[in-house]
Amino acid sequence: MKPPPFAYHRPASVEEAAQLLADLVGERGEGGEGGEGGEAKVIAGGQSLVPLLNFRLASPGHLVDINAIDALGGLDVRPGAVDVGATVRAARLLSERTVAVAHPLLAEATRWIAHPVIRNRGTVCGSLAHADPAAELPAVLSLLDGSIEAVAWRAGALVRRRVGAGDLFAGPLQTTLEPDELVVAARFPTLGARTGWAVDELALRRGDYALAGVALAVTVDGDGAPTAGRAAYMSCAPTPVVVDIGPAIVDDSPGPDALYALVASALDPTDDIHASGEYRRHLAATLTVRALGGALARARARIDADSEHPSEVPA
Amino acid sequence: MTSVSVDDAVGPAQLHEVVVTVNSVARSARVPARRLLSDLLRHDLRLTGTHVGCEHGVCGACTVLLDGEPVRSCLTFAVMADGARITTVEGLGAPDGGLGPVQRAFRECHGLQCGFCTPGFLLLATELLARRPDPSDDEIADALGGNLCRCTGYVNIVRSVRRAAEILAEPPSGDGA
Repeated sequence: MKPPPFAYHRPASVEEAAQLLADLVGERGEGGEGGEGGEAKVIAGGQSLVPLLNFRLASPGHLVDINAIDALGGLDVRPGAVDVGATVRAARLLSERTVAVAHPLLAEATRWIAHPVIRNRGTVCGSLAHADPAAELPAVLSLLDGSIEAVAWRAGALVRRRVGAGDLFAGPLQTTLEPDELVVAARFPTLGARTGWAVDELALRRGDYALAGVALAVTVDGDGAPTAGRAAYMSCAPTPVVVDIGPAIVDDSPGPDALYALVASALDPTDDIHASGEYRRHLAATLTVRALGGALARARARIDADSEHPSEVPA
Repeated sequence: MTSVSVDDAVGPAQLHEVVVTVNSVARSARVPARRLLSDLLRHDLRLTGTHVGCEHGVCGACTVLLDGEPVRSCLTFAVMADGARITTVEGLGAPDGGLGPVQRAFRECHGLQCGFCTPGFLLLATELLARRPDPSDDEIADALGGNLCRCTGYVNIVRSVRRAAEILAEPPSGDGA
């Protein structure tokens, strides 16, 4: 269908955008001017929001287009973290070679996002703000204990705050952000020393949302024995789920059955039209067992490099 | 004649001047904010070669190039494309008005049957081959995988892209036949 009518705004600065959102959210519920109400939504790539509008699942009275704000276009790859501005398209995480070098897990997860055409427009921060539990980036942000930075115009001043992944995702397509808050950047911490990673998922067709997916990170000691591990799951709950898989991998080779059992007991996915909850649980546990080998191999390959300069990002 | 429909009048009344360069020609229209790029092209600019299938970003039939990159025109607002350079299927023909190289390849290889999805595939293939003149099968699948075709089963579409790569690699012969 066609999207419902809305008023369009194109602020040129973060301050202007925040003031606009404060004004527009203030008139929420009065209706009249826009669609069903004065509600305002931020738009950058639109690859999640426009389908909702075209389906008439959302009808905000105002859209605030942040693409003209140059300050939001930054992609900062530095030791310790990759900071991604709010208008950075997912495709840029793949076209900028430094991302794959500094944060291969983030680059690999990005390859799983939809299709190249969607990644050309869809933004990293938009995916996080949209908070689809089937999406890759919310799971990756959760796995890494990353965060977003949000701003709002309160009492005549710009207020900034940082929200950790653990406090951000509230439910399917729901975050803890207030309607007048604008996400300006996301921070994806890089992996620590002697840590390997893997991303795997299964979808009915390439590029579809995963029936279940996993992103995991494991750390090994100087001899290559696992000392810690975490896994984050897509499509297994209303929000991304992070599971400490350490207990199943750090002892003297408990084996794949223990890992499978740990993951299966930690997840409680529900049925939907695409798959039963039981199937998703089996799939998530199976993907984890498969992914562990690759993650361990990557961790072990880093033992020598990281023993020299444990905190440095490879150049 | 068609730029403002009845239900546009009940929304925010403001119209936005949108100026775009479509297939190297400057075009403009005054449209409501909710006008999709696909509808700007089809309704306001009368370029009906861009097809609208699902209108929610699943099928890819409406794919156009926006500043050289393929995008879903049904998931893009016209007002947000203001100032952009757009390529549609109408811009893929040969200078003499005949089929362009990618279009010829699709015809030779039966890369289309009903033709509804074809404009989207042609633009994806054009962009892929501009970026990767000799793509692998994996690269072709990755580039085209987001678009749906209900007729061909995709085999001949992939063959068409390979054939288009051959045609584009041929030295210009000056022989149009």
